[in-house]
Amino acid sequence: MRFSRNRDWNRASFGQKLAAFAGLAFLHLPVFVIVLYAFTTEDRTYQFPPPGLTLHWFEVAFGREDIWAALRLSLSVAAVATGMALVLGTLAAFALARSRFRGREIITLLFVLPIALPGIITGIALLSAFKLGGIQPGYWTIVTGHATFCIVIVHNNVIARLRRLPQSWIEASMDLGADGMQTFRYVILPQIATALLAGGMLAFALSFDEIIVTLFTAGHERTLPIWFFNELFRPRERPITNVVAVSVVLITLVPILAAYWLTRPSEPESK
Amino acid sequence: MRAIATFLYGRRGFYLSLLLLPPLLWLGTVYLGSLFALLVQSFYAIDEFTARIVPNLTLATYRQLVSHPANVDIILRTLSMAVAVTLTAAVISFPVANYMARYASPRMKAFFYVGVMVPMWTSYLVKVYAWRLVLAKQGVLSWFVDRLGLAPVLDAALTTPVIGGPSLASSYLGMFVVFVYMWLPFMILPLTAALERVPASLLQASADLGARPAQTFRNVVLPLALPGLAAGSVFTFSLTLGDYIIPSVVGAPGYFIGMMVYQQQGTAGNLPLAAAFSVVPIILIAIYLSLAKRLGAFDAL
Repeated sequence: MRFSRNRDWNRASFGQKLAAFAGLAFLHLPVFVIVLYAFTTEDRTYQFPPPGLTLHWFEVAFGREDIWAALRLSLSVAAVATGMALVLGTLAAFALARSRFRGREIITLLFVLPIALPGIITGIALLSAFKLGGIQPGYWTIVTGHATFCIVIVHNNVIARLRRLPQSWIEASMDLGADGMQTFRYVILPQIATALLAGGMLAFALSFDEIIVTLFTAGHERTLPIWFFNELFRPRERPITNVVAVSVVLITLVPILAAYWLTRPSEPESK
Repeated sequence: MRAIATFLYGRRGFYLSLLLLPPLLWLGTVYLGSLFALLVQSFYAIDEFTARIVPNLTLATYRQLVSHPANVDIILRTLSMAVAVTLTAAVISFPVANYMARYASPRMKAFFYVGVMVPMWTSYLVKVYAWRLVLAKQGVLSWFVDRLGLAPVLDAALTTPVIGGPSLASSYLGMFVVFVYMWLPFMILPLTAALERVPASLLQASADLGARPAQTFRNVVLPLALPGLAAGSVFTFSLTLGDYIIPSVVGAPGYFIGMMVYQQQGTAGNLPLAAAFSVVPIILIAIYLSLAKRLGAFDAL
């Protein structure tokens, strides 16, 4: 790291610019590789550059019932976990946004812990609890694990928006004779709608892609990431794996970009 | 419904606890309850003859954890990897964050922001898999290395003891690259936020007072960037400590804490030992947080 000597403070030196763009390029390298390999004609090795390009593997992957079953399970788990997280996370955000009470710090800590500690802790902890309680792992244990960290995501998104919502608006609404329900419906809800949507989409994408917690809580169920993980150690069907990889990237990227667009800071917000 | 809403508006404490109760109940029972169950499991032990878990509180599993040199090796190996990854991620992040915070035009900044977010949110598992394609023997990286005539450099790195291996995809060096890649955005974003808060006038003042760029960096920028580095390093450190997918997919022969946890609860069927192993990263993270706090890393947050 060097600062340019010419005292032109608004211009980056060539070296600084190069380093920044190199860092960004490094972040994108694997994404490009995945897209490229989905079309390769080579089905045994990781040969680069690919000897030829084909769409054949997409066709094969589309005909595979095990992939569709895993996809359906993943979508269903993500939808249920997101739904639970939207309710519970929003309730928590409303309670914690402006209030001051004793023990608030501890409760706030509790609402970051599931993503602050590594996922493996959540996974093994849930498994320990299921074992102690004699609960058989399956669909609902997956949902339980996912909902736990999805709550945190929704909570973070909604609370950030609520803190920017002027308290005076709510007071004005009440002064003008609206009751609590009306204030919520016509003042608060329109303001937090995009934050709810964004939080929900992030939670959905996170749940759809989750593997670390899921491997502990899934029992014999196979979500799409678990299917993918197993495939990594059974390299017979590499081209199919490549196609699924690209599809997963696309499925998760759409909600992520939409969430970013909905919450981007430059959004002209009626102040 | 309206009557209830009006009733509640007047009784703030009651209303708050009503809101807070369901999510608190969920996290309190499911999450904290599970953490407690984890702790309980780690104080159980497995009967060596029947391979059943004996539900009596004992320190035997922890004794097994610290008395086996192999287990201690695993903990030290994971810890060194986490430290190395954290330091490297900080070094690589700095130019990117500095450019985003200080030089980039608003449009360029948005471009960089999305450019960091997209890979960060791209499927974790797919990224790990992509790295296998990159690092494989005939893969992307070796092709570029050959073209650039750098093959001797790669060979030298791979024959280095400890970090080397038969190929990048099965060496600690390759695993290290993947770890750094994975957690890099988690370092870039908080660091950018911290650097954005450093006023340009401070740098000008420092230069005007005769400081060389290196001095300005060490005495002005670095202390002010510390909260960002601390926040980012908590992620890189804790995520590396807990990961078990990367070491098992881009694998060197040695075990890591996460792999032990996964393997012990699964094929080995020794849930108590898995639980005891998973307490190690919690303790390490707690030590790390208190160290960072003592160094004043969170004061400016």
